[in-house]
Amino acid sequence: MIKRSFIGLLKPRLKYGSVAETPSLKQIPIPKEITLFSNCPFDKKNLLLKKKATVKTGQKLLLYKESDEYVVSSVTGQVTSISSYTGDFGLSYTAITIEVSDDEEIDDEFKDVSKDASKDASLEIIKNFLAFAPGNPPGKLFSDKDKSLNTIVVCCADSDLLITTNQYIVKSDIDAIKNGINILKTATGVNDIIMVASQSQMHELSTIGEKINQVNDTYPSALPHLIMKNILGKVVPAGKNPEDIGVCFISAEAVASIGNAFNSGQIPVTKTFTLVNKDGSKSLVSARIGTPAGDIFKAFNITLNENDRIIFGGPMTGSSVYSEKHPVQPDTDAIIVQDRDDIPVISDYPCTNCGDCIRVCPANIQINLLVRFLETGQYEEAADQYDLYSCIECGLCSYVCVSGMPIFQYIRSAKYELDRANTAEATNNG
Amino acid sequence: MVDNNKFIVSHAPFWHDGSRISTRNYNMAFAAFPAILLGIIYYGMPAVGVVSLSISSAIIWEFVFCRVTKYSVTIGDGSAAIIGMLFGMLLPATAPWWLVILGTFVAVIIGKQIYGGIGANPFNPVVVAIAILMISWKDIFDFNEALINYDFDFAMVYPLAALKHFGVSAVDSFSMGDLLMGKQSGGIGSTFGLGLIAGGIYLIIRGIIRWEIALSFLAGIFITALIFNMADSAHYAGPAVHLFAGYTLIGAFFLATEDSSSPVNFISMLIYGAGAGLLTVLIRNIGVYVDGVIFAILIMNLVNPLLDKIKPKAIGKVA
Repeated sequence: MIKRSFIGLLKPRLKYGSVAETPSLKQIPIPKEITLFSNCPFDKKNLLLKKKATVKTGQKLLLYKESDEYVVSSVTGQVTSISSYTGDFGLSYTAITIEVSDDEEIDDEFKDVSKDASKDASLEIIKNFLAFAPGNPPGKLFSDKDKSLNTIVVCCADSDLLITTNQYIVKSDIDAIKNGINILKTATGVNDIIMVASQSQMHELSTIGEKINQVNDTYPSALPHLIMKNILGKVVPAGKNPEDIGVCFISAEAVASIGNAFNSGQIPVTKTFTLVNKDGSKSLVSARIGTPAGDIFKAFNITLNENDRIIFGGPMTGSSVYSEKHPVQPDTDAIIVQDRDDIPVISDYPCTNCGDCIRVCPANIQINLLVRFLETGQYEEAADQYDLYSCIECGLCSYVCVSGMPIFQYIRSAKYELDRANTAEATNNG
Repeated sequence: MVDNNKFIVSHAPFWHDGSRISTRNYNMAFAAFPAILLGIIYYGMPAVGVVSLSISSAIIWEFVFCRVTKYSVTIGDGSAAIIGMLFGMLLPATAPWWLVILGTFVAVIIGKQIYGGIGANPFNPVVVAIAILMISWKDIFDFNEALINYDFDFAMVYPLAALKHFGVSAVDSFSMGDLLMGKQSGGIGSTFGLGLIAGGIYLIIRGIIRWEIALSFLAGIFITALIFNMADSAHYAGPAVHLFAGYTLIGAFFLATEDSSSPVNFISMLIYGAGAGLLTVLIRNIGVYVDGVIFAILIMNLVNPLLDKIKPKAIGKVA
């Protein structure tokens, strides 16, 4: 954890992690059981996938009738349970548990469809087969007619601290990225591809032959909203996403997944991520999607004690999980283990108006006033007058808060509550 | 695998830079120490008595208030101690015990706790207390009279009072070096200019006080005093006296910068600081009070909510 420097006048210098010259990747053996999460809420009535169904590696599994939501099995085996799982902010998922059998069989539906696919077809293939590939290629976005995309930003740098996953992919699999970019170009028809990379990656990426823009090595400059502002020179309107103004962000890993899939005729099923141990040591790990975190800890001899913390994602924007069974997902770029002694204390102290959050906020939000409204649940006022929706969710305000207030959480829950209220209103009126 | 362990599940971010309110306050005490030390060297045990009583009674008032209102006891954050310390620094060494205890009562209870405690006070608690006592017992705050029994190798005169009553020629005898070294009459911890400046710079570097406020306050005083001086140098003293006498330096680094009652945006901070500086010199030069720092800061505290409306445009904000 990076502490405040003696010279507190300076902004905190949170440097992004960088990958070693020759990084080694540790392969985790296929576990006995995997769990896949689909973004679809569990709905027993319309379930298509049945218990005890046998699945093959790389097989697309459609979940529900009249829905095109799917997951891709990362192993060969038998479905043992399909259940509901609730994540942060009330998001509900369908959890599919698959017991792994001894012999692995590769499914070849993808091979058949992807062979000699035409230009239009490849767009559909990305959408219909690769949404569950490592890095979550945003296939739906590409074919969304409402959002006319004009730019694709390929993010080769990692957006949160400590993570080196994308950097590793760039180092190890540059050909797949190159291939993926070509496929993306022909499939989407978008010619404006912008590569965003950290300084150390510039040289490696120069072989790709696309425009490369350098991103600052200090957090939070690799967050999409700031890339938009500083590199593309377009400011995303408050409350909107980059795709709303025609820019699609895709990680280098997702591009490599697309490239590899079309090249090999198989949907990639192993996820690369960064594992950060209690002592801060980092390792790059490759595991099948759906591998429980516990299996990874076992492979690294990490013992967890009561009141430790497991974080999926980076230290600033990730989310903590309550079980060692929580599986690696296609978008899990890091798993961080925090010892209980290293967990910072959150307090119920009020804002003392010290102004540290104002100094670090990259979005110029009047946080000291905003937080007073959020604390008392006055979300509408917060949104109308105090720029709630300008927040780009970097978490720096909570990081520097002298009172130890969970400001970032206040902001996220306010957005969630407003969203919920708006949805309820729309349903009532509809 | 059986999940036996319970893990901490909380929200992002999972890092914190380790800053705490108590650390800030202890650093503030550290920064103020040189100024207090010189006061103690000059005025001896009475100064020790006033400062100690002030700090301890402030802590006790906060403790009592927390107990009575059944809030969790917050004296550990150092905020009450700092209030007591700053209050003591502003008093003359001869201040009677009841005044100290009454003052800390006003500062802690009326200045801070009744608004909801730390972070909720609209005025700087110390300044509120000093203002009330200064109006109520103005003889005690007449430093020349209060400190009449002290005999030093320097002119034991309160420069601002001399300026007010005897005109510019009365302060000619003060050299800037003497003023900076505390060779003037005044509050226990508010005369040692060099110590206050050093402490202020330390706090600025540590990021504990906002440099914009401190510097714009000093700049406000300097420019206003200079304008007065240039307009009529026979009546109005030059900027040096205004900068290094009275409560100016302690005000710039320790009082005006109080977190909760001052703005945080760049432009607002400049207006706040410069406004307080301007008012200080106005009160000193054409007002009835000898020193204007206390009232100037109070008035700018009052304006603070308005200044908060001047804010930078958030990114992506439409209209």
